[in-house]
Parts: sequence; C-alpha cells; structure tokens
Amino acid sequence: MIAGIDPVVLIASLMAASTPILLAALGELVAERSGVLNLGVEGMMITGAICGFIVAVHTGSPFLGFVAAAAGGAALALLFAFLTQVLLSNQVATGLAATLFGLGLSSLMGQGYSGIKPPPTANVPFGPLAHLPVLGPILFSHDWVLYFSLALVVGTWAFLKYTRAGLVLRAVGENHDAAHALGYRVRLIRTLALAHGGACAGLGGAYLSLVRVPQWTEGITAGAGWIALAIVVFASWRPGRVLLGAYIFGGVSVLQLRLQAAGIAIPVQILSMAPYLITILVLVVMSARRGRAAIGAPAALGRVFHASD
Amino acid sequence: MLTLEKRPNPSRAWAIVTPILAVILTMIAGGLMFAVLGKDPVEAIRTIFWDPLFNAQFASYSRPQLLVKAGPLVLIAVGLSFGFRASIWNIGAEGQYIMGAIAAMGVALAFYPTNYWFVFPLMVLAGAFGGWAWAMIPAFLKNRYGTNEILVSLMLVYVAENIESWMAFGPMRNPQGMGFPGSRNLQQYPAAHNSELIAGTGLHWGVVTAGLAVIIGYVLLKRHIFGFNIQVAGQAPRAARFAGVDPKRLFSLCMGLSGACAGLAGMFEVAGPAGQITDSFNVGYGFTAIIVAYLGRLHPIGILLAGLLMALTYIGGEIAQLSLNLPAAAIQAFQGMLLFFLLGVDVLSNYRIRIKRRAQA
Amino acid sequence: MKRRDFLAGTAATGTVLASGLATQASAAEPLKVGFIYLGVPGDGGWTYEHEQARLKMVKHFGNKIETKVIQNVPEGADAERSITQLCLAGCKLIFTTSFGYMDPTINVAKKFPNVKFEMCTGYKDAPNVSNYGGRFYQGRAVIGNIAGHMTKTNKIGYIATFPIPEVVRGINSAFLYARKVNPKAEMKVVWVNTWFDPPKEADAAQALIDSGVDVLMQHTDSTAAMAKAKDAGILAFGQDSDMMQYAPKPRISSIMDNWAPYYIQRAQDVMDGKWTAKDSWLGIDTGIVQVGEISSAVPAAVKADAMALHDRIKAGTEHVFTGPLNKQDGSAWLKAGETASDGALLGMNFYVEGMTGKLPS
Repeated sequence: MIAGIDPVVLIASLMAASTPILLAALGELVAERSGVLNLGVEGMMITGAICGFIVAVHTGSPFLGFVAAAAGGAALALLFAFLTQVLLSNQVATGLAATLFGLGLSSLMGQGYSGIKPPPTANVPFGPLAHLPVLGPILFSHDWVLYFSLALVVGTWAFLKYTRAGLVLRAVGENHDAAHALGYRVRLIRTLALAHGGACAGLGGAYLSLVRVPQWTEGITAGAGWIALAIVVFASWRPGRVLLGAYIFGGVSVLQLRLQAAGIAIPVQILSMAPYLITILVLVVMSARRGRAAIGAPAALGRVFHASD
Repeated sequence: MLTLEKRPNPSRAWAIVTPILAVILTMIAGGLMFAVLGKDPVEAIRTIFWDPLFNAQFASYSRPQLLVKAGPLVLIAVGLSFGFRASIWNIGAEGQYIMGAIAAMGVALAFYPTNYWFVFPLMVLAGAFGGWAWAMIPAFLKNRYGTNEILVSLMLVYVAENIESWMAFGPMRNPQGMGFPGSRNLQQYPAAHNSELIAGTGLHWGVVTAGLAVIIGYVLLKRHIFGFNIQVAGQAPRAARFAGVDPKRLFSLCMGLSGACAGLAGMFEVAGPAGQITDSFNVGYGFTAIIVAYLGRLHPIGILLAGLLMALTYIGGEIAQLSLNLPAAAIQAFQGMLLFFLLGVDVLSNYRIRIKRRAQA
Repeated sequence: MKRRDFLAGTAATGTVLASGLATQASAAEPLKVGFIYLGVPGDGGWTYEHEQARLKMVKHFGNKIETKVIQNVPEGADAERSITQLCLAGCKLIFTTSFGYMDPTINVAKKFPNVKFEMCTGYKDAPNVSNYGGRFYQGRAVIGNIAGHMTKTNKIGYIATFPIPEVVRGINSAFLYARKVNPKAEMKVVWVNTWFDPPKEADAAQALIDSGVDVLMQHTDSTAAMAKAKDAGILAFGQDSDMMQYAPKPRISSIMDNWAPYYIQRAQDVMDGKWTAKDSWLGIDTGIVQVGEISSAVPAAVKADAMALHDRIKAGTEHVFTGPLNKQDGSAWLKAGETASDGALLGMNFYVEGMTGKLPS
C-alpha cells in the first residue's frame, strides 16, 4: 500500500478504465498511418456504444453486441471515407461533422434504452490463476474484450512492421503520390484503414456501454474519442506507445480519484491538464530530436489525394 | 467508369449551385428522418429554414439573433481561412477563444467597478492578445522544432478548458455569487459590457467586427500581396520560397491572425451575450468555425453565408423543438447531414466528372 | 415497474388537492408552459426528473395546458435566446431548470413582464421571477442515518460533483446524521468535477469501493456508480431519480427530486390569476424532496429509525443543522439549540467538525 492505495488494484482498474480509449486509439493509429486524420472518432465511438447496446440487449449476447458495435462504427467510418476519399472533402471538417452526426444519431437510436441493464460480459475463466497474488488481479481477472485490446496492440504492431500489407499502408501514408505511381490503390487502402479505425472506435464505445458503466445514457462517451486522438499523437504513431499512452491517460484519471478517496487533496484541474501538456512535450522532444524530416507523423497525414492522370 | 478530373480553376457556377444542391439533398434526407420520427417532414423543414426568417411570431427576434449567433463563427472562420489556404492547420481556435475571453475578463475584473472609458478598448486588446498568445505556442513550436501544429493546437484546447474551469471555480469566482462557480456578469458592469449598439438589432461590437473581418479578409485575399503569398504557399510551397516568402514568418502571421480573431470572438462573447466565465462558457464555436470555414470554401463572403446558414439551423432547430416537439438529437443529426452534403458536393466545383474507360487506375 | 407505481401515487395525491380549483379555466385557450433543459430526458437524473414532472403536469391538466420544451440548452448566451423564443411562442409560464440560466432568465424577464418565470436553484429576484429549489439536505440526513447504521467498515463513500454550497450542504448533512447513529463513521469524498460523466462516475465509485467503503452516496446524475456497487456487493442510494431497477440491493433507498407538485401548483396559480413571485425552498414536507422506499435489505429497526427521523423533519420538529456544531477547523458555528439560517445554509462553504479531507476551494 502506498499512501492508502493498493498498486495492484490500481493497475487492474486502470487497465479496465483505459480499454475504451486504447481500442479507439489503436484504430485511429492505423487510419492515420494510412494518411487520414479522422476527427470523427468520438462520433464513431458513441455510434458503436449504442449499436452494441441495442444488439446485446435484444440478443442477450454481449459478443454479438460487440460485433454490432464494430459494424456501427465502421459504417459511420465508411461514410466518412466516401466523403473524404471519393468526394475529396476536407478531412478535418468532415471528421467534425461525423462527430456531430454520430452524437445526434446515437441519441435518437437510444431513446427508450436508458435504465436497461445489458447482459454482463463475463471475465475469462482462468481458474486458480485469478487468485494468484499480484499477478492474479492484474493479468487473470478481466473480460475477453480487454485481452482482445492487448492482442490488438501486438497485432497492429506486427501488421505494420512485418506484413507486406502493413508496409503498403505505411507507404500510402508517407507519400500517396509515390504509392500510387507504384500501382497501389491509395483510396481503397485508406477506406479499409478507416473502416478498421471506425470498427475499433465502435468496440471502444461498446466497452463503455456494455462493460465499464454498463448502461446506455446519452453522451456516454463524454469526450473519450478526443482523448483517443491525443493518445495517438502522444504515442508518435507506434502501437506499443499507444498502450503506454492509453494507460497513462486512463491511469491519471483513475489515480486522481483514488488519491482523493485516500484523503489526499490534489488540484484537479492541473492534474487533468497534465496528460495534454505531457503530450505536447513529447511531441516537441520528438520533433526536436529528429529534425524536420521525420517527426513521426505520417507525411501525408490530412492531405487530400487525387490521382491526376 | 466514372473518374474525377481536376478543373484548372474552381468552377464559379458550380460554387454557387453546389450549396443549393446540398441544402436540397439535406431537405430530402432530413425529411425522411423526420418522417421516420413521426413528424410532418414538410412542416419540420419549413420550421427550421423558414420560420426564423419569416414567421411573424419569431422572425423579428430571431433575424437579429442570427447575427449574434453567426458573429463569432464568422469572425473565427475568416481568421482560420487564411492559414487553411496556406496549409497551416490551426484547429485549436476553441482554446484561443477561451483564452481571449479569460484575458479580457481579467482586465475587466482588474478595473471593476470603475467606469473608465478605456476599460472596454483595453479588453478588446487583451482578448486579441490572449488568443494570439495561445496560438503562438504551436507557431513557435513549429518554427523552432518542427512540431505538428494540428496536434499541439488541439491539445491546447483541453489545457485551455481546464484553465477556464479553474478560473470559474478559483481566481475569477464572483465573491457575491453565493458560492456558485462563475465570474461576475459583465452585463452588470457598464464599462465592460458589450451591449447592443442599436436596440433590437442584435448588433454588438462582435458582430460589427465580424463584418469588418469579412471585408478586410476579402481585400487581403484579392488585393493584397499577403493574400497572394498564402495562396502560393498553399499550392506550391517551393515556388513561394523562391518568390521570397519566408515560410516561418508566414506561419507565425497566419497562426497569430487566426488566434487573435478567435480571442476577439471570445472577448466579445464574454463581454456581451454570455456575460461571464463559467466552466461551460465555451460551446464549441472554435470547432464549428472550422466547418464554417470549409463550407464557405475559405472565401470571406462564402464564410459569411455559411456562418449565417449554421446559425439558421441552430435557431430554426430550437423553434422546431418547441413547436413540433422534435428532440434535440434529431436537430443534431440533421445538422450533421447538412454538413456532410455541403462538404460532399464541393467536389463538383473543383473537379469534373468524366466517364472513362478504365486506364491504369 | 415499481418506480412508476410510486410516482403514480404521488401524482394522484396532487390531483385530489388541485382538482377543485381547475374547473373554471377549461373552456379558455390552453395555458402554454415552457421548459428549458440543460440536458436530455435520457440522462436518467436531473433533466429526467424535470421531464417526469412536466409529463405529470400534462396528465394532470389535460388539454388545459400545452407544454413546449427546448433541450440541450447551454448555460449562457444560448439560454437567453431559447428562453426568449419560448416567450415568443406564447408561453406564459416558463421553468428554467438549471442554476446557470439565472442571469439569462432575469434578462428575459425584464423584456417580457407579462410572462412568469420559475428559476430552479437561483437567487436573484424580479417581479415576475420566482426561485425554487429543494432542501435536498433534509433527504440526505435521512439516507445519512441509514448509511451510518448500515456501514460495517465505518467508511461511507460520497461521489461529489463541484465544491458549491448545494453539494457541501449535502455532504455535511449526511455526515452529521451518520455520525449521530455511528460515532465511528467516516466520510470519504471524491470530487469528480462533473454532474454527468458515466465512465468517470464509475471510476470514482470503484476507487471508493477499493478504499474500503461499503456504503456509497452520490451527487452525480447517472446510475453508473450503482452498477459498480452492485458488482462489489456494497450498498448505495439512488440520486435524483429512484433508480429502482437496482433495488433491493445495492439500492437501499434514494433521494429524489419530485418537482410535479410544485409545477402543478404554479401552473394552477397562473390559471387562477394568483401567481406572485416568491422564493421557495421546498423540503420533505412539500413532497418535492422524497426519500425513496427503503428496501428489504435494511433491517426493520433501522428502517423505523430512519422513518422516524424523516417524519420529524417533515413535521418541522427537527432541524438538520442544529447546534452545538463546529466547523471542521474547530471554530464554533452554531450554539447549542441554535439552528442554521437559510442564508447561512445557502452560502455553506465549509465542512463540519469531524469530516476528514480538505474541501477544495
């Protein structure tokens, strides 16, 4: 126990608290690596939250709920992709519009679903392992979505680093004209990356409505999508660091509540702006160290691609 | 197969036709949504677009309110449009708006309750300075270290929101506010109050400034070397450098200008319609202005029209809520649709659609 | 659903009381009543209860009344416009349901002297503005009593929103009454700095649970904390609404805002031409503050003690803040037998003696 806080419990709970932003950030990372800045993450998260909730309640299956959440998030992402990739609209403005639309649509869909309890998402049965001291609560007493999010970190890392598809995706994000000249289908790749990002955001949203809270209330994401965007930057577009970033962002929020519960007074506003200041600092250090050419951000991020032939 | 062919110059005719087309498409899609919700679609659409302007009951009040609501959007969006043209991405206008308001409130509270004539002008300066200074952080970091301004300016929004909340609960809390959070209300401090200039018109100094910004923006863009420089910098950065444009200086100028405009908007809002700094003072003008800037095709006149259209959907949406019992969520979704269509159809003014045999796509 | 039956009961009582007066206006045009909501009815808390009261009002008056609602109205500049639009739409009585609407309400009230305004939890007066609020601290005394009896770890958790008098009063009240029945009871307070953020509320609940709390109270709006309490097998109280879906455990009772009797009464006053501006701080005796059914998880003796306290407060024979009471720092606040004035309660910005932790400023 440190200052009345059990570090084991703290770690276990910050893992659960960080899972929604981790999932959303991992999806956004892939989209940004392909060169698209999607500011609609918040809207896709909340769309996933309600789609997942509705399906889970009606089928009684949290698993089907998560599938529906991924589909819902991906659907909004495909709309975003159609606008930005086919109709070549501005990504920043379209992303903001997608968030607005997602928030409105989700509350329309959710009417009549408040006050209902979704079917519980069970923990993975690890048997005696869950009762191990220290390791038990941290490693062996979570639900399958949390383990999936960790697997997705490894998967995303391996995909980007070792697969040919990952290489192509990064090439598209670095220089779409060159990638196009090499015969890669820039818009198709970006559309797929966006759909994947939307699906992950939807899963993150459903983790809120089906596991963390668990219930449907309008505005349930309460800005989590924006935090996910910050984490991608904090992580300098690397999956491993996304994990670190998500756990730091989630951890700061959990920690400050726990410090209070332990009777330690803390200036709340300063603590809640700390992760953003750290993110800026990380950005500055990264860009200062590596110089202008390689600041970690995909070079084509946010730029419109049009193959002029 | 259909392909897009870039026009050498954006089509003027399409630039006028596309927004109308988008509004019509929104009416169709939105009408369907309203019908699904069990409301008369024609009546709903009429209420949103027509009633704020021409309904005898509401129009005399809501017409001026369009200006009040559009004012900050237009002012911020015009400021942002210069940077956007030069591919300088300040998406933290919301934070600059907050910091401008806080700086102006600081000045007002420092002089409270004196009635010197210079309090208000000083607040204007402080507002512009607050927004400028907040925008110069990403500008400095970009110029010095090459740090991505999109991300820094966005992060600084969250920091500004926390400062705002701290101010509302801490240093700026009204000592006579019965313990509630929030500063003094400047509507009750005449020297600092940004009041209506002509009663019943909604015109306050912020709306006037937004109008001036449109005019100055137009002149700068069309008649001034600055406008030329940003166009070149946006379209051909290397050519701009050969033409003697200092990219760092241009970057600072554009960021600072947009920050100052956002700060001014925050200042006029806190001194006028809002009146006080609370932890819910900022309602998203800085983000909405980004959409407005694009809807207006980054052109000052277009931005003016786009700002008014956005304001119309807000105010018409409220009237639809109270007279048709439409839920707020339906209005939000409707606005989202409108933005999607407006952004989507813009492709027609920049590109030609050609039917082609499949080449080496 | 149990909640419905409970509410239907109260609505029926209201009907009996008011039906004698309601006959004369039936032929005339319906009275238009406007509502401004901070959130949406789907929040399950604050706005939900105002919406329930509105629905009961509609049910009570039938076609003698017509209600108009605008949801999601931010506090500040937008509120003034929304309230004005309700006036323009012909509303003669308008309920503005959040503290941040106070200054806008006063501003609009000046322009529409013939419209009556009801401002929830405000304090500024005008000839056509009434302030109304609930003495929720009375209800919190009762649930504090239950909590004191029920805690085995002697640690009671409290999820607090913002350090404002309303919240501080609730904490003090609950703490005093928990201590009265359990001298070892301790109150652990976590400030979340939001009224509504389900994930954060859940985190705060979990943090308190992990620190050894076995009874949980909240001032936040959503049922997120309730869900955590259920998983942890501890006890909790509903807030704003009854949260009956979590009975009998973890929800062992609740503190509810039931605005319906007041809303019905005020509408009736307008119909009868008897409406006058007044400040009402309504307690348990008026039915506005309700303690929800105490569930079967609570032993009969505890239930009886809590109900006895409830009845004493209701009858006015016991004042929650009665001396001798000291402030947290040990300085004297109330002498023996002295009761706190409403003014002192409305500005309460300190913990009472015995509270641990520091009140954020």
